[in-house]
Amino acid sequence: MNKIRVIARIDVKNEFAIKGIHLEGLRKVGNPNSMAIDYYKNGIDEIVFMDAVAAYYDRNSLSNLIQSACKDVFIPITVGGGIRTVDDIRIALKSGADKVAINTAAVQDPDFINKASKIFGSQCIVSSIEAKKVDEDKWEVYTDNGREPTGLDVLEWVKEVEKLGAGEVILTSIDKEGTKKGFDLRLNQAVADSVSIPIISSGGMGNSGDAIHLLKNSNTDAIAIASVLHYGLENIQDIKRALLDNEIRVRL
Amino acid sequence: MKIAIIDYDIGNVQSILNAFENQGVCAFLTREKNEILDADGVILPGVGAFSHGMGCLKKYNLIDTIKEYVKTNKPFMGICLGMQMLFEESEEFGTTLGLGLISGKVIKLPIQRSKFEKLPHVSWNELSNKNIRWDGTILNEIEESSDMYFVHSFVATPKDERNILSTTEYSGYEFCSSVKKDNIYGCQFHPEKSGKIGLKIIDNFVKICKEKNYE
Repeated sequence: MNKIRVIARIDVKNEFAIKGIHLEGLRKVGNPNSMAIDYYKNGIDEIVFMDAVAAYYDRNSLSNLIQSACKDVFIPITVGGGIRTVDDIRIALKSGADKVAINTAAVQDPDFINKASKIFGSQCIVSSIEAKKVDEDKWEVYTDNGREPTGLDVLEWVKEVEKLGAGEVILTSIDKEGTKKGFDLRLNQAVADSVSIPIISSGGMGNSGDAIHLLKNSNTDAIAIASVLHYGLENIQDIKRALLDNEIRVRL
Repeated sequence: MKIAIIDYDIGNVQSILNAFENQGVCAFLTREKNEILDADGVILPGVGAFSHGMGCLKKYNLIDTIKEYVKTNKPFMGICLGMQMLFEESEEFGTTLGLGLISGKVIKLPIQRSKFEKLPHVSWNELSNKNIRWDGTILNEIEESSDMYFVHSFVATPKDERNILSTTEYSGYEFCSSVKKDNIYGCQFHPEKSGKIGLKIIDNFVKICKEKNYE
């Protein structure tokens, strides 16, 4: 078994890190830059910054944040939210991001993933998929931070983005997001079994038991954590030790 | 101390600049021949496709400059794609010629791609010591089994095993994760993205550059 990555997800609105429930009802939880540095010092494996309102307002405003975070944070950084053009990607990478997460722009123009992965390499292009349960073992793709239904089926779409050249997928369960009631196991199992690119599971973690349950029962490759870290419910080293105690390999 | 980072429009170079700055060394981006030849150490960064990388080196007339620099015996380090391009050729999108500074080819990670064995290889993974001592190299005082950050689908296969500085195992396949041939180093992982231990490797490289400078 390969090592699982433990990733901190920081959703950002204006200059603040925010957290909602089901991607809604956003509350300020801190300064994104100092949170990133803190998580880095405590041994997080990667950081994902998501601009929670960029897609809505048609802009991308994280480049200043990335520039300052990169001075102190020497682990991979992914930036998402409002990435619409090749130039947006170039600016994000130039600011110091390693990867970009693309959702809305890919749904509107799937060829964007193809084009971006050809220019920047697949390793740089993360497909962000927001999934909402619509039926037993059936999920629909949403965009604009869980606001807009697309009619696309998640399991079909994930195969499509793999074909188009995405190097990874960050999969967010809208139903579980912010609830701290555990990951959507069926969703993560189904998506991770549909493709052979790495899957980052996001949405629902309330404690390390939730992570163990997910990782023992699915082929997902990484977990993205928000509430547990932002509200200080468990620290990163404790989460990692709990995973190790359950024979899930992680970097300490 | 002048560390030149080769600027050929590829990848996230800001993190490499920041990593050197964090070690108290001013690194700079350049594609000017004189600045590169004049540097105390040179880094060839890079992510993405081999053919695209070589194409960009060619476009900016950097291939001969790199070869000329390496002959001066001053330290040189390729990172990720920058390491792969040190080799003779790659099978990515047909066969593309590399810089040919180290004998061997670049091949796709030979694993059975599936829901269990994924490509690209994106993870933190351990370094093992196989053939040469790490003392005095970029891995000086790095403990075995240290975790480094990897993101790649292709790997270099050096012809001469004595060039293999470390190996790493992914899905049961052991590959060359760093190389050393005389003054030339390469790492498949990203030291600038591998936390404190990665920064130690950057610092080791700086120290090697300083020693060369005093000779």
